[in-house]
Amino acid sequence: MTNIHATAAEMASALSAKEISSVELTQQHLERIASVDGKIHAFLHIDNEGALAQAEAIDKKRAGGEKLSPLAGVPIAVKDILAQKGIPTTAGSKILEGWRPPYDSTVVAKLKAAGVVILGKTNMDEFAMGSSTENSAYGTTQNPWDLTRTPGGSSGGSAAAVAAFEAPLAIGTDTGGSIRQPAALTGIVGVKPTYGGVSRYGVIAYSSSLDQVGPFARTVLDTALLHEAIAGHDERDSTSINAPVPQVVSAAKRLDVKGMKIGVIKELSGSGFQAGVSARIAESLELLVAQGAEIVEVSCPNFEYALAAYYLIAPSEASSNLARFDSMRYGLRVGDDGSKGAEEVMSATREAGFGKEVKRRIILGTYALSSGYYDAYYGSAQKVRTLVKQDFDNAFAKVDVLVSPVTPTTAFKIGEKSNDPVAMYLSDIATIPVNMAGIGGMSLPVGLADEDGLPVGLQIMAPLMQDDRFYRVGGTLEAALLSKWGKPILSNAPDLAVK
Amino acid sequence: MAAISRDDVAHLAKLARIEMTPAELDHMASELDQILGAVKRVQEVATADISPTSHPLSMSNVFRDDVVKPSLSNDEALSGAPAKAEDRFKVPQILGEE
Repeated sequence: MTNIHATAAEMASALSAKEISSVELTQQHLERIASVDGKIHAFLHIDNEGALAQAEAIDKKRAGGEKLSPLAGVPIAVKDILAQKGIPTTAGSKILEGWRPPYDSTVVAKLKAAGVVILGKTNMDEFAMGSSTENSAYGTTQNPWDLTRTPGGSSGGSAAAVAAFEAPLAIGTDTGGSIRQPAALTGIVGVKPTYGGVSRYGVIAYSSSLDQVGPFARTVLDTALLHEAIAGHDERDSTSINAPVPQVVSAAKRLDVKGMKIGVIKELSGSGFQAGVSARIAESLELLVAQGAEIVEVSCPNFEYALAAYYLIAPSEASSNLARFDSMRYGLRVGDDGSKGAEEVMSATREAGFGKEVKRRIILGTYALSSGYYDAYYGSAQKVRTLVKQDFDNAFAKVDVLVSPVTPTTAFKIGEKSNDPVAMYLSDIATIPVNMAGIGGMSLPVGLADEDGLPVGLQIMAPLMQDDRFYRVGGTLEAALLSKWGKPILSNAPDLAVK
Repeated sequence: MAAISRDDVAHLAKLARIEMTPAELDHMASELDQILGAVKRVQEVATADISPTSHPLSMSNVFRDDVVKPSLSNDEALSGAPAKAEDRFKVPQILGEE
């Protein structure tokens, strides 16, 4: 008999050994959600009936002796930015309230085909613009480690659901750190795959040259299993890479880093990072050395400009992408009383339907792209992108993977940064360069900061389409940490269940 | 001097089709000025000899054969429409405006 605290891999083997049915496992998770989500608010929509129907179908197939995918029957939570046919999909925005997509995103279609049971849709910063879920139009998600703190964002609902044992797996999206940062702040594993590694078809676009879908789980192996289930070429996404998926599952099981060169990025260490964060990162590096890896310090001098470039490129692309919310074909329409023209209705709808941060980024992007300012802002930001890519190329010429902290601090208090956009933007200082270059990165929980007892994440980065490398390093380090601690990191989190 | 004025923001909001209230325009102007102050750092290193990167992958255009495949039915395509009539999207008047 398994339970909700098991890993997804353990659940999968219990299912395949018929020790538990998918209906039972799904029911356990729905009960957990009913019991704790009032405190966490990870979910925007819970699909009780759909999940149980999907679980029942898998159980039937298994009883009939059908060959099933590795994760068949295991439940998952999906960020509310991925279209799922007939299920409310809002992207955390009022402008899409009540919209039920008439089609599945490729990732959702792949999950369904693999028999992964979709429990519901998770909370997020509106259109993925934010680092705390505080920009959701439907309320903030609370961090399971401390309900007064944010779980990070924008995929904060997905991360919190996994950390609170509401789901063993979740899907997020990462444009500037939106998977890795919440994974770090909630003590779970999160991966932003190489750009183009996972299809973006049916994922509501924020910044198309940066957005990437990726997996969350409580272990490196579970993350790899989900990564393999969703990755691969898709002809419906013209930026999808037509090449074999990196062998991430075997890499996660390898448990060996002998001879690997690990680069520590000088510019993403030391001052500017909370002492407890730096201390856990340093200990992780020692463990990797004990496992046979070599640590090399590398310099990426242009990373200090990446954050500024990101906050020009992403809003610019967003101002164009969000033009589709025009109140004509789907979503909210405001003020259409017969006396107003289309443009007036459009302007009134966008005023009523978009939140503050979304408006701020649309206006900023409109400015950066406007004639007279284009070269000075958007054009300069694109040049910085070239420099950031060059920094990575130079570093990866010397080392196999790069490491840094995921975030400057552990989870911050709800409300602490919500009135200071620039301070909020700084949460992503270490994660943004990865998106600018299109490479992949993992956030791995490496312990708790001494000063506040909250989780710390190590970021492991690898060159384009070499995602297996961070799974190899992450899997090895996770095993070393587990043998040092004697129990998983999440066993230190408070028990949320109502007694 | 501020990099961006309230009038600039009002013009941008018009271009972006967002009908902002006067209070929002005031607030947005001061916030954008602060953000632009922070992001203009990109100009320090963006010299003329650097070529811009617009996308992380160097890809060429992708083509496929023009084959008819199942697609959304008319009803499905209209399922989220705020208003519809005669199997079409019904929209507010688009002509006769300035």
